Amino acid sequence: MIEFIDYWLGLFQHEVVQNAFLAGTMVAIITAIMGYFVVLRAQAFAGEALADIGFAGATGAAVLGVSSLIGMFFLTVLAALGMGTLGERIRGRDVEIGMVLSFALGLGVLFLTIYSQFGSNATEGVGVLFGSILSVTRSDVLITLVCGVAILILLALVFRPLLFASIDPEVAETRGVPVRFLSILFLVLLGITTAETVLVVGVLLVLALLIAPAASAVQLSHRPLTSILLSVTLGLLITWGGLILAFVGTWGHFPVSFYISAASALCYFISVGVNRLRSPRRYRDIPPSCSTCSSPYATPIPSRLLSTREPANMVD
Amino acid sequence: MFNILQYPFIQNALLAGSCVAVVAAIVGYFMVVRGLTFAGHALPNIGFAGAAGAVLLGIDPVIGLFAFTIGAAIGIGILGKRLNERDTAIGIIMTFTLGLGILFLSLYAGYAERVYSILFGQIVGISPVDVQITAVSSLLTFILVLILFRPLLFSSFDPEVAEARGVPVRPLTIIFLVMIAITVSLAVQVVGALLVFTLLIGPAATAIRVARSPLWAIVIAISLGVCYTCLGIFLAANNGVWPVSFFIASISFGVYLPVRFLSPLWRGRQERTSDPAINRGRSAWGADSDTASQEGDQEQRNTFEVMEHMQGSPKARGEV
Repeated sequence: MIEFIDYWLGLFQHEVVQNAFLAGTMVAIITAIMGYFVVLRAQAFAGEALADIGFAGATGAAVLGVSSLIGMFFLTVLAALGMGTLGERIRGRDVEIGMVLSFALGLGVLFLTIYSQFGSNATEGVGVLFGSILSVTRSDVLITLVCGVAILILLALVFRPLLFASIDPEVAETRGVPVRFLSILFLVLLGITTAETVLVVGVLLVLALLIAPAASAVQLSHRPLTSILLSVTLGLLITWGGLILAFVGTWGHFPVSFYISAASALCYFISVGVNRLRSPRRYRDIPPSCSTCSSPYATPIPSRLLSTREPANMVD
Repeated sequence: MFNILQYPFIQNALLAGSCVAVVAAIVGYFMVVRGLTFAGHALPNIGFAGAAGAVLLGIDPVIGLFAFTIGAAIGIGILGKRLNERDTAIGIIMTFTLGLGILFLSLYAGYAERVYSILFGQIVGISPVDVQITAVSSLLTFILVLILFRPLLFSSFDPEVAEARGVPVRPLTIIFLVMIAITVSLAVQVVGALLVFTLLIGPAATAIRVARSPLWAIVIAISLGVCYTCLGIFLAANNGVWPVSFFIASISFGVYLPVRFLSPLWRGRQERTSDPAINRGRSAWGADSDTASQEGDQEQRNTFEVMEHMQGSPKARGEV
């Protein structure tokens, strides 16, 4: 046991390990919270697209010789603004995102080709695709921390209207919530989040951290705050677990991204299973609250309505 | 400049690319209509993981490609019932298989050239046999779409009514997802995982903005797809350095953007003059085209939706 602790303390003296854990922790917290809104707003595809756009940004930055983080921030924020202004409704939005995504992928491949023409091979680009948490530097950690804290503060400021607009955009709009502005702001925040996450798990797996903890949490609880807390906990467990497994390397030195994605999927499937098992009882609880609120205009919207599961679907 | 067309490998690339473009455009049309864009992005990536696994096991990557994409398509069909859940299910399945793919790649000692070529496409390395295989399987997929055309179209546009009239909507969804998987697996070998998505979405998205009927949209999508592919291959071959996927993606985006911004102008006028009732029904489609003139309608519609929401829609009650 003492040997084990010694081993760990020794491990944490390496700067690489410290950086990895610091960046990983910050990213896990932000993705879990942002992910909750992503799942509520059904914007998983937007998250995936922004991550892939980050790939184009990182390879473009490599061609220009600037830091890949800057390239990713630039392109993802630009794309987020574009997607926010182009697409409004769920159906149309999907196609707009797809078009922006395919163009960005084309650009990414082009940059990768140009970059590998310069003599160096394509490992940089492949590192961006698959994640390279071991190459995170101190300055990257600092940028991650600053951006993460900024995102958290902004989210805390717009928390209530954003939650309302995410759960029921139509009702929120009639009640004067600036839904359109919030959706663009959210996409920009999502862009910054994905750019940070790419550092840890790579482009291909951003979605694992973004969706899996939050989707599992939504399956397990319908209260927003409980879900968010649960989501953060799961996210931290998944990230730390992945990092520890990868560093200790008991079962061979597999990449961090693999552990994280496998743990995320496992987490989601377990929570779906748990949810299916206990769902009959929960549905029995709902009817009275729905039948009592037939006159929506006289009373403010009851908070319990906001916490039922996926009410946005009823409007569809 | 046109000399390069004499080279057999360019001819092969053009032939195989066109076959793939035709099938991708048809399948892509239904995908866009059904809101399955994300699946079109996820399945190629999943196929990449499958190919990596097959390389690790020492079998033909094509087998891994088909196994993973078809398996994932069935999984997505079963897991995601509603739109909201489906996106999440697709995301989780995709990241999980990609994680597996990364694991396979790290286990595989050598530089998995073939796997990377699956990611980025190897359109100029196509043999005549590949062209024949692609052509035959594209033809088979095409025939399958023809057989299923009417029920597929019906269930794509109005799943509720289709179900009420006895169309097997859920089996059709799964069959369609498997069809996407087959198309993707075919196309990935020719154009690469990243480009498949462009061929699926680009032509269809543009065609839907232009055409007024499904059949026209499909015809336009096919011709756009073939044009993009041939032009892209031609430009890439002339350039010699820049990849085909970049050219095709930029052409497709370059055509889409003006159509996207100009189509509300002519479509909006046509629809406004034709029938206000139809117009209101269509609002979910051309949401951005007709906001100014219909503020009042919008408000009224919102009110209805609010009431419907408050009382709980029939579907929600049925579940209860």
